[in-house]
Amino acid sequence: MWGRFRAMLGTTAVRLSALYLALFAICAVVLVFYVTSLSEGLLRGQTETAIHAELRDISRIYQVRGMAGMVRAIERRSRQPGANLYIIAAPQGQIIAGNVASLQPGVLDREGWIDTPFTYERYGDAEEGEETHRAMARIVALPNGMRLLVGRDVGEPEKFRGLVRHALARALAIMFVGALAIWFFVGRRALKRIDHMSDASRKILAGDLSQRLPEDGSGDEFDRLSRSLNTLLGRIERLNEGLRQVSDNIAHDLKTPLTRLRNRAEAALVSTDDKEGYRQALEETIAESDQLIRTFNALLMISRVEAGSSVAEMGEVDLSGLAADAAELYEPVAEEEGVTLTQNIAQGVTVKGNRELLAQALANMIDNAVKYAGDGQDSRITVTLAGDRQNVRLCVSDNGPGIPEDRREDVIKRFVRLDESRTKPGTGLGLSLVHAVAGLHGGALELAATDSGNTERPGLSATIILPARVTS
Amino acid sequence: MTDHVSFQTDGSQQPACMAEACGESGNTAKTDAMKILIIEDDLETASYLLKAFREAGMTVDHASDGDSGFFLASENDYDVLVVDRMLPRRDGLSIISGLRASGDDTPALILSALGQVDDRVTGLRAGGDDYLSKPYAFSELLARVEILGRRKSVREADTQYRVGDLELDRLSHEVKRAGKIIPLQPREYRLLEYLMKNAGQVVTRTMLLEHVWDYHFDPQTNVIDVHISRLRSKIEKDFDAPLLRTVRGAGYMMKAGD
Repeated sequence: MWGRFRAMLGTTAVRLSALYLALFAICAVVLVFYVTSLSEGLLRGQTETAIHAELRDISRIYQVRGMAGMVRAIERRSRQPGANLYIIAAPQGQIIAGNVASLQPGVLDREGWIDTPFTYERYGDAEEGEETHRAMARIVALPNGMRLLVGRDVGEPEKFRGLVRHALARALAIMFVGALAIWFFVGRRALKRIDHMSDASRKILAGDLSQRLPEDGSGDEFDRLSRSLNTLLGRIERLNEGLRQVSDNIAHDLKTPLTRLRNRAEAALVSTDDKEGYRQALEETIAESDQLIRTFNALLMISRVEAGSSVAEMGEVDLSGLAADAAELYEPVAEEEGVTLTQNIAQGVTVKGNRELLAQALANMIDNAVKYAGDGQDSRITVTLAGDRQNVRLCVSDNGPGIPEDRREDVIKRFVRLDESRTKPGTGLGLSLVHAVAGLHGGALELAATDSGNTERPGLSATIILPARVTS
Repeated sequence: MTDHVSFQTDGSQQPACMAEACGESGNTAKTDAMKILIIEDDLETASYLLKAFREAGMTVDHASDGDSGFFLASENDYDVLVVDRMLPRRDGLSIISGLRASGDDTPALILSALGQVDDRVTGLRAGGDDYLSKPYAFSELLARVEILGRRKSVREADTQYRVGDLELDRLSHEVKRAGKIIPLQPREYRLLEYLMKNAGQVVTRTMLLEHVWDYHFDPQTNVIDVHISRLRSKIEKDFDAPLLRTVRGAGYMMKAGD
């Protein structure tokens, strides 16, 4: 429980609300003190004015009617309900007339305004069991040596002040309890959600990348955070999945030829003893290693393209020239394979990109087409380049056996080769690279049937779609 | 894909000779010994290269780190430097740019395990003359080193190339054999021009792709061979003496009859 409370104290919500509470309390206290002291000052001023006026009246009565008249007037005033305090005292300090029974000692010795409240008792107070009262007063010395005190009870304003202060204390106490309750709920809620999140994170850390942070759809900050982190996790999972797939593929597609290489060398060592046999074995070994190196390079190239590290070398590329060059490079090979290669290339199409990579991607596409379309009657390959305002489409289409619709996604993956093509030379990485290059240039690779009506030989159209350059 | 990996000497048997060097031995023996410096920190690779270059008839020095490589390169007069890119103490690019800064323009070939397009561009920008990424076939390296070494003697300003009775005029872009004009496509012309410029040297398929098509990748299919055989049929069809030879395991060579 204590640990949980401590943990709760550590949450941002609780810290913030504690800070707000403290600030609010300070403001409230200052305000109340200001108001009470202001009203107190006002009341004191009123009291002073009233006492002053009373004294003036009484001194006029004294001047006109003499001592006896004054005493009479005081007696009369004393009897009025809610009267002020009046004392006429002998020079020695005994109270001669007025409505005060006793007084805090020493008060009568002074003269003038007494602004520190003093205690006194009225007649009858003792019987009624009332406490002593507090008052402020003004004392004047009369010409005959007697003293006159006129005062006013300050019990009421003081009571008022006490009341306000009590109310303040109570309010603060309620606020504190309320804040504690809010802390408890807010903090507990926050803590609970954070606990959920850390639980999920721990599972993810333990290797279960399919775990997701809880989302409650409320759209608050926790929800938004969870959503961003989940998107991140999704990407990591996909990358991780890709990586695992690649390592599986490497294990298979690189280990197999490596094993073959080793077996071949071993077999040559064991069974051959003529020079021609050794030569044969060595030549095969070198051919096999060249193929391995080629695969390895292609794999590295794809990873680097996917990581976007070639972005730095982007420039303006004359795609029309590039397409014509590539078609020209492959034309003799196609002819040798019995394939007619035709060009349909729009002039003056440029894109922003990496010439080498685009050329290699196109070369891979033509290479594929020549390889897989070249075994039929009247085989044709067309290299088409067309551009409009939005897109540039670079397409290599053939009329070969094509790729079944449900396998088109797969052939883009690394090392995926359709069973029919396993016998042909190749790394199984050609279209993966094309796909990666298209992606690097902000485009896509689209695979479709050239003639979907032809069930026998629908053909394959591989198209790189690149965003057109915005020409101002 | 076995087209360029079988090694054979031109008929003669040389049992002691390394397979890679053999394809070359015919033409290197006739020229003055080329002096090259290999800066390579991997000792096994270095000793293999030393042996192979020596068997190809070259004088070879070796440095195993960047500092001593730079020292040797600036103290001695080499025909070609073969520089590994990643070296202890001083990297290959800094050696080359250091030499270039001091006015030394000895042709340099950079060997690198990196070898992607952008790495090659960086390497050439630093002052390298050629770039080869590991792993490479020794025949490829040898062909490139020989061409770099002969580069000083090849006069770029020559307006005419001649191999046997084949003539190429670089101003009129006219190709004649025994006085008879042979019409060529623009690409065929450039292919022949490059081969004739390096006549007597082995030119590999990769080099042709780089210089004639400006491609720096391996197109997987034997595209170059088909272009060569087309060119060959044009320049040799009506004539007896072969000029454009295939050097097995390495590439091609323009050479008049021997």
